Amino acid sequence: MTLVLDSRHVSAIRRHGEADYPAEACGLIGGAVDGDRKLAVQLVPLVNRRTDSARNRYLIDPESFRRAQDRLERDGLDIIGVYHSHPDHPPAPSAFDRDHAWPRLSYVIVGVARGRAADMKSWVLADDRGTFEEESITNEERKAVWQ
Amino acid sequence: MAVTVLIPTPLRPFVGGRDALEVEGGNVGELLERLTGEHATLKPHLFADDGRLRSFVNVYVNDRDIRQLAQRDTPVKPGDTISIIPSIAGGTAASVGAQRAAPLPSKAAPVLSHEEILRYSRHLILPDVGLDGQKKLKAARVLLVGAGGLGSPAALYLAAAGVGTIGIVDFDVVDKTNLQRQILHGTSTVGTPKLESAAARIHDLNPNVRVEPFETRLTSENALDIIREFDVVADGTDNFPTRYLVNDACVLLDKPNVYGSIFRFEGQASVFYAKRGPCYRCLYSEPPPPGLVPSCAEGGVLGVLPGIIGSIQAMETIKLILGVGEPLIGRLVLFDALKLQFRELKLEKDPDCPVCGRHPTITAPIDYEAFCGIGAEPSYDGAEITAEQLKDEWARNPELLVIDVREPHEHAIAHIDGARLIPLGELPDRLGELDGHREIVTHCHHGSRSLKALEILKAAGFSKVRSLRGGIDAWAVNVDASLPRY
Repeated sequence: MTLVLDSRHVSAIRRHGEADYPAEACGLIGGAVDGDRKLAVQLVPLVNRRTDSARNRYLIDPESFRRAQDRLERDGLDIIGVYHSHPDHPPAPSAFDRDHAWPRLSYVIVGVARGRAADMKSWVLADDRGTFEEESITNEERKAVWQ
Repeated sequence: MAVTVLIPTPLRPFVGGRDALEVEGGNVGELLERLTGEHATLKPHLFADDGRLRSFVNVYVNDRDIRQLAQRDTPVKPGDTISIIPSIAGGTAASVGAQRAAPLPSKAAPVLSHEEILRYSRHLILPDVGLDGQKKLKAARVLLVGAGGLGSPAALYLAAAGVGTIGIVDFDVVDKTNLQRQILHGTSTVGTPKLESAAARIHDLNPNVRVEPFETRLTSENALDIIREFDVVADGTDNFPTRYLVNDACVLLDKPNVYGSIFRFEGQASVFYAKRGPCYRCLYSEPPPPGLVPSCAEGGVLGVLPGIIGSIQAMETIKLILGVGEPLIGRLVLFDALKLQFRELKLEKDPDCPVCGRHPTITAPIDYEAFCGIGAEPSYDGAEITAEQLKDEWARNPELLVIDVREPHEHAIAHIDGARLIPLGELPDRLGELDGHREIVTHCHHGSRSLKALEILKAAGFSKVRSLRGGIDAWAVNVDASLPRY
């Protein structure tokens, strides 16, 4: 599987991570699966519900998930991934990320070092929940397809 | 009877790509069992290894979360819609992976710098610690619940000893009355959050320690997520709901809970580690009724006492991390400062313990305020009077009787002129001294004992009774600044 983002998505995720720094930013990625490609179409930025320790945790509560899912489904899209930022940490999933992960979803993580967005990587939970595997991110402009 | 189960996107690949299924069952538990029976690969994503629904899996019957209903026993009927809704969580929480997943004490060994080798030299030459032990300490993650009297010495000694990561849960602000015993804080940090004050002091003592602050009250909602990330929990809480919460969360997560508590001149300590011994509930299955046991703010505490009990907690924490000696599991140490005497009680595991027994009935954090009877306190609407109101009414009505229900030694610190001292304990026997026709206002230090006095008076037939909200402290702040606060 590869996750296909266009440049607007990439810069929106980076900007969201920078804007919420030093807290973790989070949101959902709506799109569609096409063969071995997950095509991102629409981002749903969300409020991090972890007000207690937002610097190193994020939470998307079930109500927000449900609302986003309903909205995307009306547009014929599915939730294909989640993005979040790691303030002052590399974009690698933590054990906490793994323990709380849902299968098949792309977990896009952007490292934000001292307020500036840095590396971005995408990860997918193995079906046995044992590991997170890195997934390639492809940058494509898909204006023709989705206009 | 079949009901509809809606499957969220990430789980659809495990049910043949479908977004909804018809499943038979009379309650949610049966439905989920049948569902995961038919689609076995779905199971690990819904249930943890111990069979519990994962914390981030939410099940709704129509529009209601089963956690607010009867959990898995929530009944379902044809026509109901069951939705599995994800909550999505994650975060950094530092260098993790295999290190964190393993329980204490075996961990990937970190490297010590030259500075650390020099700093810890008295540990390194101690055969039971040595380089390996020091590395275990550095790899360890200890959570302190509360940065107060007990948390202060514990934090200082754990930081000095080189515990790599210290998490602290506290949402309080440093108050001047804390400084008599809470040696983590100082005069210069009065008025700042305890977490900031603690982090600065720890960093000054040992910059190699990472402090993970949790500026929150520990609640049933966040306790598992916070505690899960640590190896050992040191409980320095001052209230029963949090103490039961810490205990239950530690049992549910298989974490050792290094317990300490203090009152006036006495303290106790133990290590509750349900895997290897009893838990706090085996010792005290139920909390005392609210109001029976006064807090330090009400009852007072000798300043050195938390230094001793908190240090025992730090010591036991370090022993657990190093895996040396005999931990205080299955034993309760009682300390009497006036006699300078330690006594030890043997604790047995209660096979019927509701959380760590053979058939536990508590499998997730409960409502601890309700369990401790705190929500059940009577309402005092209209029965209280503010300091300013009292001043005005008293000026208009000199017949108003103000009763000070504190102890004589408190009266000696500060008192309101014109108030009559009748300590709470003597009140029931001295009702005859009071004129039932007069308006009465009771007062104490902060306004809690005076409410008890109010109940006693009302029960005895006095109808015109109110209690001074905030006690003499509010009077000193708002009416008579010449009085010292204590």
